[in-house]
Amino acid sequence: MAIPLLWIGTAPLALEPLIAAVTERGDATGSDGAVTTFLGLVRNHNVGRKVHHLEYEAYEPLAVRAFERISTEIQATWPDVKLALHHRIGRIEIGGASVAIAAGSPHRGHAFSACRYAIERVKQIAPIWKREFFEGGDVWIEGATADPDDAAARAEAERVACV
Amino acid sequence: MRVTVKLFARLRDIAGTPEMTREVAPGATVASLWQQLATEFPEIASYERSISTAVNADYARRSQVLADGDEVAFLPPVSGG
Repeated sequence: MAIPLLWIGTAPLALEPLIAAVTERGDATGSDGAVTTFLGLVRNHNVGRKVHHLEYEAYEPLAVRAFERISTEIQATWPDVKLALHHRIGRIEIGGASVAIAAGSPHRGHAFSACRYAIERVKQIAPIWKREFFEGGDVWIEGATADPDDAAARAEAERVACV
Repeated sequence: MRVTVKLFARLRDIAGTPEMTREVAPGATVASLWQQLATEFPEIASYERSISTAVNADYARRSQVLADGDEVAFLPPVSGG
């Protein structure tokens, strides 16, 4: 059974199914020259704190819509890229994967750029939060105010993606 | 009319619940609902400038007028990835 390209849920993540999904092109299968992948991991330290584990929560229906928006933005910039983006929520231990992304393209440059752009946009606009449990306490991490229409944020994501 | 309020992360902790129902006046907006909640839970008021808002699981402006049965979400700064 085909896996969804865009997904959020509590199951552990794996890259292989995403690679298979983005290189499945129907009649055009075989046209990809590159797949780049990104796996975001829970690390054992953050701003000097010894991290024990993370708990993620999300506004799931809006998160899927945010992923759809990111995918649409990527289609506009790199029309030959096929993207898969999965985010895990719930408790994740050190070393566990919280986000998995695969971008397939006939050209490696597009695949690298689209993959980097996708993770930058996830951090900017996906309604997902991590609670860090560290030695001595816990804290909600608060990053960017999510605004999908913020042109400056999108331009920054494009800049780091080397568009 | 009645709307459903959804709160996440620290906002949920402050309010002590992820979801609640609130009565709002006709013509109420996302912004006026936020003010109503900030009166009820003064600790959330400091999020005024940093929240994002959504109506029926789509990002929405604070000026959006609410309809009976709407689901309104208040989102603190995000930290996915």
